[in-house]
Amino acid sequence: MSRLKLPAPLAALRARMRRHFGAHRTQGVIFAILVIGIALPLLSRVPPFGQLQSINAWTNAFTIAAIYAILAIGLNVVIGFAGLLDLGYAAFFALGGYTYAIVASPFFGIHIPFWPMLIFGAIIGAIFGILLGAPTLRLRGDYLAIVTLGFGEIVPITLLNADKFTAGTIGIGGIDKPQIPGIVEFTLINPWPFYVLIMLMLMLVTVAVFRLEDSKIGRAWEAIREDELAAESSGINTVISKLQAFAVGAAIAGFAGVFNAAKLTIVSPGQFGFVVSVSTLSAVVLGGMGNVVGVGAGAFVIYLIQSIFLKQLNILVSQLGIPILGDIDFLQFQYVLYGVVLVIMMLKRPQGIYPARRRMRTFADSKETAK
Amino acid sequence: MALLELKDVNTYYGAVHALRGISLNVNEGEIVTLIGSNGAGKTTTLRTISGLEHARSGSITLGGTPIHQAKPHEIVRLGISHAPEGRRVFARMSVRENLEMGAFLRKSGPEVQADFKKVFDLFPRLKEREFQAAGTMSGGEQQMLAIGRALMAQPKVLLLDEPSMGLAPILVEQIFDIIKEINSRGTAVLLVEQNAMMALGIAHRGYILQIGEITIEDDASALAKNPKVKEAYLGV
Repeated sequence: MSRLKLPAPLAALRARMRRHFGAHRTQGVIFAILVIGIALPLLSRVPPFGQLQSINAWTNAFTIAAIYAILAIGLNVVIGFAGLLDLGYAAFFALGGYTYAIVASPFFGIHIPFWPMLIFGAIIGAIFGILLGAPTLRLRGDYLAIVTLGFGEIVPITLLNADKFTAGTIGIGGIDKPQIPGIVEFTLINPWPFYVLIMLMLMLVTVAVFRLEDSKIGRAWEAIREDELAAESSGINTVISKLQAFAVGAAIAGFAGVFNAAKLTIVSPGQFGFVVSVSTLSAVVLGGMGNVVGVGAGAFVIYLIQSIFLKQLNILVSQLGIPILGDIDFLQFQYVLYGVVLVIMMLKRPQGIYPARRRMRTFADSKETAK
Repeated sequence: MALLELKDVNTYYGAVHALRGISLNVNEGEIVTLIGSNGAGKTTTLRTISGLEHARSGSITLGGTPIHQAKPHEIVRLGISHAPEGRRVFARMSVRENLEMGAFLRKSGPEVQADFKKVFDLFPRLKEREFQAAGTMSGGEQQMLAIGRALMAQPKVLLLDEPSMGLAPILVEQIFDIIKEINSRGTAVLLVEQNAMMALGIAHRGYILQIGEITIEDDASALAKNPKVKEAYLGV
């Protein structure tokens, strides 16, 4: 990668920041997400982005992209850290959303506030992660992938059929929005409170996952991914360790699911199909398995391509008025997009655009003590 | 009383009867070697001891405590470390991180730090490569690391599976010297080897394993002279 030549003071500043945030990753994450969170809305006012759609539409798009980023970071714990292929990740996202929808909508007339449910959604996710993981984690590789794929299908089908609790195909609507009385009002029209909230959630999840990666649990995941037998011989309880990965991943999806339900104000089985799992997987593969920042960025790229680029392509082609071509709905091409992304990445760059660079953690410390 | 004792252990891979009533013991301070040809069950014996395979019948005890029902990580905690066949270091981790993984079950502190020093004393080469990714090292260095990693768990018994595999003769000699050194510092060693001559050279006692059964048990020096052993394993 060629480096940009910066003027000396800027280069010095960059070096200082790199040193500082390298040593304090939590601060680095908070700083980076703050910068991105402020930069994105500003960027969307600048041509050519400003012409594409209104600023509110952009803000909504970024909000949903950030939900996907959280999902990708959660799935990355399972796939990137522990090396377990989970193809039914959307199920946990659905479970979080439905958990909130059931207790915070006119459907049952229960209205539990959003904030505790955010935590509770994560707990529900974790519980189901463990329930799915406990019997299946003896399976390896492809077999685990098939079982998780099945789970990913079973959950929406169950939600579809348990219509007494879920209203079946129609889904549960009128879900309560978050409330911070007297300070800010969450409404359908104003996308900003949701945007700020999801950025804070993204910050929280990213920091938590970075912390986990550096913890003993993270080390155990890494060892299992590298060589399960050697990990076992080193005294790692591989069953517990894999369950932890599943639980953490599922908890993050449940957490995002609660927000998603509150933002859309409706949940229905159709929202949680295989395509959600695959797009999240594409983001993880695109960004670089194991790299938290990479997969988060990958999610933004994937989501923005599918929701903005393909939509614009539709408009452009219909304006050009070319026969046949004008009839094509490019939004339907998102499956092609995921397929192309996965195949190209696997062939050309299996480590991802932004591969996980291993931080040899003890390196810096010991070098300094050696001086 | 023997430190590690196997009594009539039977292990199966599905329907295949891999270990047919193995009994052996390792006393404190001993190097015991298990010799046999390919497929005799040497690796299976070690895997059964460390809990990676399950013994269908028989008993395994460590210092009198039965361990044949225990999980691999519990067995590591009880004091048996296994340096598996084919080295299996964590390739992308640094040498130091590999050693840290070996001490996974221990609380980090001065004791673990002291063990780092001990391992680096035994293997100065590892100290030189402390921050190198383990996968980029030579086979001999990786073998040293695999043994060092096993030592970081502070084992009472060290299980070594073919440490000479694929190494140049001079390196094999080095590794075997170090095994002797480890043993002289108080760790019992159960050594599985195809290189029978070398193994008998450093061991106190040895067992000959044939198709899942122990056929001969004797002092290492006696085994080395035994005509049957000579013919079958020493290539004389």
